[in-house]
Amino acid sequence: MKSLEQLAAIRKKALDTVNIRTERTEGTRVVVGMATCGIAAGARPVLNAFTDEISKRNLSSVTITQTGCIGVCRLEPMVEIYTPGQEKVTYVNMTAEKVAEVVHSHLVNGIVINQYTIGAMA
Amino acid sequence: MRELSLHILDIIQNAITAQAKLITLDIIEDRQNNWLTVTIKDNGKGMDEAFVKTVLDPFCTSRKTRKVGLGLSLFRTAAQYCEGDLTIASEVGVGTTVTVTFRLGHIDRAPMGDMGGTVVGLIIMNPTLDFCYGHQCNAQTFTLDTREIRAQLGDVPLNYPDVVEWLKAYTAEGLENIVGGVNTK
Repeated sequence: MKSLEQLAAIRKKALDTVNIRTERTEGTRVVVGMATCGIAAGARPVLNAFTDEISKRNLSSVTITQTGCIGVCRLEPMVEIYTPGQEKVTYVNMTAEKVAEVVHSHLVNGIVINQYTIGAMA
Repeated sequence: MRELSLHILDIIQNAITAQAKLITLDIIEDRQNNWLTVTIKDNGKGMDEAFVKTVLDPFCTSRKTRKVGLGLSLFRTAAQYCEGDLTIASEVGVGTTVTVTFRLGHIDRAPMGDMGGTVVGLIIMNPTLDFCYGHQCNAQTFTLDTREIRAQLGDVPLNYPDVVEWLKAYTAEGLENIVGGVNTK
């Protein structure tokens, strides 16, 4: 059973291990297109796959957020990855399976998977 | 859209765009009277009367990039297929309430879908906003209120990995309990 009381233990552990505030501001941002087009194309499973993979690998410096319609609805679900000091990378036609690869290759090892990016579609 | 939870996600995105700080989602599955009611209430910037009148038109949108906005009209169509409807009440500076009704047992009613994934996803993506999610089914209610969670967590953000795991498990467990079936655990 999960209860609200367990949160106090999580809090204690979190405050003991990392300085959350400073780490949060400098990390990579994963931005999922969450307009009607994105949602209808399957953005939610993509988002959930990102949260699962990121928490599995304990990538506490990565934050996930949403945006509206990016403008190329036929390529949804789309995900943009912003790493400080690097060019933005836009992945298109995303699926939960591709997310696992992107997290492993891009977020962990810093290698962009070119064949999934918008550049490969043009 | 194949699931009602996707429509709900879509309408809540509107609330986020309207700079809401608190978003309340209430779902009531009334099996006795055969009604499903979904209420999405936000304290965002609201809409004036003239805009509310046109907002259900698929060719009405507040965004500047193009001239279509399908979210609300798709949800309304889904409700109307099931003898229900979608209504909007809004006031500038106060917020917007969207109420959607369905015949619960109507053959065209899409399944609820992954409500847990929807709500937890929204919280993770918007850790500074507050969500209050109430889901009533079979006279039992599950409630997830980020204000209560925040009170326990203090400075720890809602998208901290351990908190995310807790949110997922807590929501899955709570929804399983109210939706019923045999609990084998």
